Amino acid sequence: MREASTRRLRLPRGEGAGAWLCAGSVALSLLALLALLALLTVRGLGHFWPSPVELVVLEDGRQLAGERVREVPLAQGDGVERLYRTGNRDLDGDRWAWVRVSAIDAVSHPADLVVLERRRWGQAIGRLAAFEAASGERIEGEAAWTALESRLDELGALRDARDRLREEVILPLAARRGGEGSAESELTAAHGRLRELQAAMAGGRLILAAADGDSLSVPLEQVLGARRPNAMSTLDRLAAWGEGVWRFLSEGPRAANTAGGVWPAIFGTVLMVMLMSILVTPFGVLAAIYLNEVAHQGRLTRLVRIAVRNLAGVPSIVYGVFGLGVFVYGIGGRLDSWFFESALPSPTFGTGGLLWASLTLALLTLPVVIVATEEGLARIPDQQREGALALGATRLEMLTRVVLPMAAPAMLTGVILAVARAAGEVAPLMLVGVAKLAPQVPVDGDFPFLHLERKFMHLGYHIFDAAFHGGDVQAAMPLVYATALLLVLVILVLNLTAIFLRHHLSTRHGALTRR
Amino acid sequence: MPLVKDQRSSPDSAAIIDFPPEASSLAIRGLSLAYGDKQALNDLTLRVPRHRVTAFIGPSGCGKSTLLRVLNRLHDLNDEVVREGEVLLEGEDIHSPEVAVAELRRRVGMVFQSPNPFPMSIHDNVAFGLRLQGGLSKRKRDDIIEWALRSAALWDEVKDRLRASAWSLSGGQQQRLVIARTLAVGPEVLLLDEPASALDPISTLKIEELIRNLKSHLTLVLVTHNMQQAARVSDYTAFLQHGELVEYAPTDTLFTNPRLARTENYITGRMA
Repeated sequence: MREASTRRLRLPRGEGAGAWLCAGSVALSLLALLALLALLTVRGLGHFWPSPVELVVLEDGRQLAGERVREVPLAQGDGVERLYRTGNRDLDGDRWAWVRVSAIDAVSHPADLVVLERRRWGQAIGRLAAFEAASGERIEGEAAWTALESRLDELGALRDARDRLREEVILPLAARRGGEGSAESELTAAHGRLRELQAAMAGGRLILAAADGDSLSVPLEQVLGARRPNAMSTLDRLAAWGEGVWRFLSEGPRAANTAGGVWPAIFGTVLMVMLMSILVTPFGVLAAIYLNEVAHQGRLTRLVRIAVRNLAGVPSIVYGVFGLGVFVYGIGGRLDSWFFESALPSPTFGTGGLLWASLTLALLTLPVVIVATEEGLARIPDQQREGALALGATRLEMLTRVVLPMAAPAMLTGVILAVARAAGEVAPLMLVGVAKLAPQVPVDGDFPFLHLERKFMHLGYHIFDAAFHGGDVQAAMPLVYATALLLVLVILVLNLTAIFLRHHLSTRHGALTRR
Repeated sequence: MPLVKDQRSSPDSAAIIDFPPEASSLAIRGLSLAYGDKQALNDLTLRVPRHRVTAFIGPSGCGKSTLLRVLNRLHDLNDEVVREGEVLLEGEDIHSPEVAVAELRRRVGMVFQSPNPFPMSIHDNVAFGLRLQGGLSKRKRDDIIEWALRSAALWDEVKDRLRASAWSLSGGQQQRLVIARTLAVGPEVLLLDEPASALDPISTLKIEELIRNLKSHLTLVLVTHNMQQAARVSDYTAFLQHGELVEYAPTDTLFTNPRLARTENYITGRMA
């Protein structure tokens, strides 16, 4: 049997156009896939690379500083227009500048140009004119940069200390308050320490001189990071790139989803898909067992089977509508009126949330699991079943000891297909629970730890939102690419996990070669 | 649906050997069976002698495999089957409500045409039936497994790799493993449905030798297409045609001196 699978008959190469046609199709499909992945990777990951900042002097004497983004031929006449990301939106009203290349007098890369990442208003680009410490001491010149860098490092350490204090001391204490005097006093002490940390972090600002002569005063608590891209070595850039990628993965979004990270969306996507798998697998497998092993194989069963297969083709938005009507308004509304009356009229389960989204997607992927499992069950030769029965097994023993273990790889195939489908669905989620911004992930330290009623963020929806609903599409585009790449990777990881599991199951008894 | 009994072709009793009840293991009385409206067995009556090898031969579709499956009640799985008549195992009707079908199948083991080991280790395959029964210590179970594998003449080949997948064995070894698996639950009767038809000649010889050895403590019923095989291993041979028992005699007699022309035509290859 092993030989049979390796020595398959093949279409002879070099005889007629058939083989070439097939090979060409394979090549074309592969090229399309590779192009897709390459585009996502280059555009998405390139965004985090600290590109050099150019100081541009125009013919009319104006100056601007910014990162070169791209060039576009002029609509009328010859010449090329170049787009710069200049930042400083609070000064100029725009963070982009189009410049005609022919109008450029000189381009230089001064090492002292600073790029600031700010909480509000996005990037700021300019020269560091001065740094004012909290004490009011003013430092100018090159020393200002050193002072700024060390102060930013300090602030980072203080921020970490504050977050640790909050998470490890204050929250647990607050949770077991109620009665205990010692906890109360500890809590007061912790709050005192927190205030000290806050005080140590407050104050300080920097003055930035923009290329066009304006100056900008930025309080230090607004500054997320500062760097001098032109002065960076390749190693520095690599480190900055790694930090950028890490922050993209680990932080929440900022500036209406056009900046910052996507951590809540990653978490939401994975959690939703996992919940969906947990919900869909038992139902799908049991339904498939009934259809294939229990039901009388008559016309009705065939009809049910055809209906299930057709359900797999129903557009996902239809499931979204169903989920909204039945789960959210129907069941959710009923749950609210029974158990959460005190919170009404603000809904608890009567609005979209993690549970309803997972249920809707479970429904959506149910046919996939049923069909895959059924195909696996149908492939098991009747002789295996008869062999078990002939040894005195009951039908249930036959099912659980022989049939189901043999069908397990097929079930996992079904789950893999379901995961692949569910992780990429966006349309139904928009109706049943996805949110533009839900920085709180649905799992935390508060009972019951997993908050099924909460809205959640989703990578797919995040792409849609950042690309079409952010204020600044230019700024969001690289993040859209990066998020898309991430979505592909998340689905890949989820699938690989399931494939690994399937492989493990089917090689345990050398079954792989048989099917 | 009532079964139609075709009186014209009722068996010639002179051509059918009978055994005293105390020497027979299985007794089939007036057995008829139909799949839907297709008649498969028509009023069969015969006894199967204890601790002997009895072969059923006949052209394809003559009902010999169906007969074998009735003895193990595997036809229970098919809703369309209509059955009449009775089958007695040691005097007890196997279809009576008091008989638990799982228990019956432990007493009447069955080996199928192509080897069907489960996707487990060699050890677990043989342990499968024992584990279903439960109540055995691991040591006792391992003893039975070794005994079963020895009885199936497989022990020497697999004793060093009992944990290996059963599917890594060759076809002939797999079939002997299936026999060992069946022997492990301690059957009285072993039904073999063309057990060597998917095997090479050497494996076939091993299976045949095994069959001859097993009859010292088992009643064996063999269905085969291969008349040489029936002649080599069986003590008695029954010739079936169109769902009817045509001739049933000691193997030597049936092959060298058949009583009926139909039998002679079949075994000499002159099928009408």
